[in-house]
Amino acid sequence: MSLTINLIGGALIALIIWWFWLSRSGQQKAAAATEEATIVVDAGVYTPSVVHARAGKPLTLHFDRRDPSPCAEQVVFHGLEVSEFLETGKTTTVRLNDLPPGEYRFTCQMQMYQGRLLVD
Amino acid sequence: MAEHTLKVSGATCQGCARKITQALLAVPGVSDARVDLDQQTVTVTGSGELAHDQLEQAVAAAGYAPGREETEEPASCQQAGASVAPAEHAGITLNISGATCASCVRTIEQALRATPGVEQAEMNFADRTARVSGSAPADTLIRAVEAAGYGAAEVGDNDDDSEQASIELAHYRKLLRHTWLGLGLGVPLMAWGLLGGEMMVHQGTASQWAWLVVGLATLAVLATAGRHFFIGAWKAFRNHNANMDTLIALGTGAAWLYSMAVVLVPAVFPEAARHVYFEASAMIIGLINLGQALEVRARGKTSAAVRRLLDLGAKTARVVRESGEQDIPVEQVKTGDLLRVRPGEKIAVDGKVSEGESRIDESMLTGEPMPVEKRPGDTVSAGTINASGTLLYEATAVGKDTALAQIVALVKKAQGSKPPIGRLADQVSAVFVPTIMIIAILSALAWYNFGPDPRLTHMLISATTVLIIACPCALGLATPMSVMVGVGKAAEYGILIRQGEALQTSSKLDTVVLDKTGTITEGKPAVTGVLCVEGQQEEAVLQLAASLERSSEHPLALAVLREAESRDLALQESSRFEALNGKGVTAVIDGMRYRLGNRRWLEQEGIKVSLDSASLTKTGATPLFLADEKHLLGIVGVADRIKPDSRDAIARLREAGMTVVMITGDIQASANAIAAQVGVDQVIAEVLPEDKAEEVKALQGEGRIVAMVGDGINDAPALAQADVGFAIGTGTDVAIESAGITLMGGSLHGVADAMAISAATVRNIKQNLFGAFVYNSLGVPVAAGVLYPLTGALLSPVIAGAAMSLSSVTVVTNANRLRLFKPKRNAV
Repeated sequence: MSLTINLIGGALIALIIWWFWLSRSGQQKAAAATEEATIVVDAGVYTPSVVHARAGKPLTLHFDRRDPSPCAEQVVFHGLEVSEFLETGKTTTVRLNDLPPGEYRFTCQMQMYQGRLLVD
Repeated sequence: MAEHTLKVSGATCQGCARKITQALLAVPGVSDARVDLDQQTVTVTGSGELAHDQLEQAVAAAGYAPGREETEEPASCQQAGASVAPAEHAGITLNISGATCASCVRTIEQALRATPGVEQAEMNFADRTARVSGSAPADTLIRAVEAAGYGAAEVGDNDDDSEQASIELAHYRKLLRHTWLGLGLGVPLMAWGLLGGEMMVHQGTASQWAWLVVGLATLAVLATAGRHFFIGAWKAFRNHNANMDTLIALGTGAAWLYSMAVVLVPAVFPEAARHVYFEASAMIIGLINLGQALEVRARGKTSAAVRRLLDLGAKTARVVRESGEQDIPVEQVKTGDLLRVRPGEKIAVDGKVSEGESRIDESMLTGEPMPVEKRPGDTVSAGTINASGTLLYEATAVGKDTALAQIVALVKKAQGSKPPIGRLADQVSAVFVPTIMIIAILSALAWYNFGPDPRLTHMLISATTVLIIACPCALGLATPMSVMVGVGKAAEYGILIRQGEALQTSSKLDTVVLDKTGTITEGKPAVTGVLCVEGQQEEAVLQLAASLERSSEHPLALAVLREAESRDLALQESSRFEALNGKGVTAVIDGMRYRLGNRRWLEQEGIKVSLDSASLTKTGATPLFLADEKHLLGIVGVADRIKPDSRDAIARLREAGMTVVMITGDIQASANAIAAQVGVDQVIAEVLPEDKAEEVKALQGEGRIVAMVGDGINDAPALAQADVGFAIGTGTDVAIESAGITLMGGSLHGVADAMAISAATVRNIKQNLFGAFVYNSLGVPVAAGVLYPLTGALLSPVIAGAAMSLSSVTVVTNANRLRLFKPKRNAV
């Protein structure tokens, strides 16, 4: 019994590490490159949460905020010095020009909403 | 099978081609349709009886013009006037999504114009908005755009804020309802336990059934008041993310599942572990909802500064047309329109005064309390208030181009930027939740392997409490909340902080370098005296000097020209004019080359400076030496008035511990004279404009953290070189671009204010970060049970819930304290 419980605990930890950290990179490659996307902001997640863009091309993102909780209030693009306030029930457009290649996180202020912008 | 080829116009991208193809494939009998974008044709294959008309209609319905270059106005447009009459609205602006090319614009405009009641529809591709006038309601317009294959949403105009406020209020009320639901069940249950009621389940007794009912009631609370946590957690999980919802859902879910298992099959659990924790689930849900409700309230205040700036904008403008004067919505004002503003009214857009005189209160933009005199030719800014007379002004910038709109944009952007101090919290936040989950499991395992009995109960309590007490919000909010309030507060004082980094560095400065002209002084020099060598006339010297300077834009040149003009001196023709940066000007007049510039330059050119300029320089004037090819002719003294509050502001900076350095191109003697008047610590004189950056670098080389304050293009490299650049007053765009902080007003007090606000903000961030780190790093181990050997008890998950919901409210409330900040301007 004691071994089983410890094994279950160990397996859960391994699962957490795998699901939240290791398997993320695989998920990112799936998104096709785009120049415009609409991102729904609701229930604690950006949908889609991964946006794939081409370097040097303009990227237009429309954030459709449906979650009235203050967490969703702002989107911050880390490393790009870009942020925008999102109004509830409205679509707010964020334009990014001449993106240098790389991976950028976009999150709400307290990083509960998390998204990734892949530029290549 | 038959093949038809139709001409189409307006299809410019693959998206258009796809839309046309889809429209045609929807026509009965069509089996294939191919669009040739180069030829602007579409080839349709289908059964023989395909009607050409029908295909054209389908293409037209998709928004493209079949076989014509220009489309006619749709019939329905002309009918609009005939149908009576919903009240005409001034205009609806729609946010359009899905438009990727110029012809999408055309499609959307056509779809809108074809809507009954629409008079005019124009789409701006750049910002993906469409502006529609007429009587058609917004939802009809949105449907029309959607039917054309795009998305649309209305952009609210005036009622925008109140709409947001009502959404916020509705959300707040919902959270409160959820709070009551959670606490309504949780409090009585907890009271029962505290008052000695039985919280254990005994198999086969009535209490087992009673607990089953309580368990189902708790489930109902979780499914209603706690629903958003579970949905959020699940959605995040699917995205390989974990957030605060994950922690709450796991914590309350685990407590409920354990309790329910105890109720259903108590025999499986050791006797001492047959305890139920329904009250914890319900209480936590209630408390966290309460915390969020308080946070919504507190947060509303943090963005008050931007809202106040937005409120400054006028809603209507009085436009003067040939047909008379008319009040129109401010969005409809175009550049070049002539507008009238009466006393007490707001200036609607940026403009240039063409008639009338008045005083204008610009304090909302510059932070300076005194109204500013305006005459024809002066500029006025949107949002400022006309205090006395009536003005007629021409619109020079409207909409997003006004200074006010740009300030709002700048402040919003800066509010989202993060000073480096917040980076550690960012890094921790990014991995916080999964880490807490792992700690919860490790804690449970530790209790299972090494803890006393009842081990199962201890496992559950420690894991649940760890999950609930950990607060990623406090950590994540610590920096951005303070930045938001601090940057907003600064904007109220006419200080625009462009990046979070400037905010942080400003709080650590020890040296302030002030450019003299335009920063310490007004930047509008005037001639204070003329000295002549023997045989020369004062007027002649001034006339020659002005003739040399006529092509120059330098402030000193303008002073000489103004003086010549006021003395009615006719300027002579000059040729081969040359301005030598940091030296002076030279030109040929009547076949003779003359020079006007500084002493060093003339001496380099081999001219003996035989006249003493001390009488000019001791008052702080800059001497301009005039010479022909061989001899000195005279000296023109030009001085710049010191701004009335420069002295006080510099004293304030010094009191704050700054070393104040004045940097100028002036000769040492005049620089010293000014320096003595304003009381700076150090003077760096005779610096060529391009060397200012070098001087700043040299100061940095001494280990100082240097702020540079300047206003001109000349200062841009120095502003960029400094640790923090302050562009002051009506600084040029280049200066603003290179500066981390822009002062809308011209007063040097702004520099001291900016430093004080920055220091207060950084202090606030540090308090928040310290609080959040300490809270989490103490809370989590305590929750895991490190104090058990001392206290003999584990922390209750309910207390963890209360602590967690209070921690983020505390952060937001502490940030809100910054709103009370007041710079001590009168202290000196």
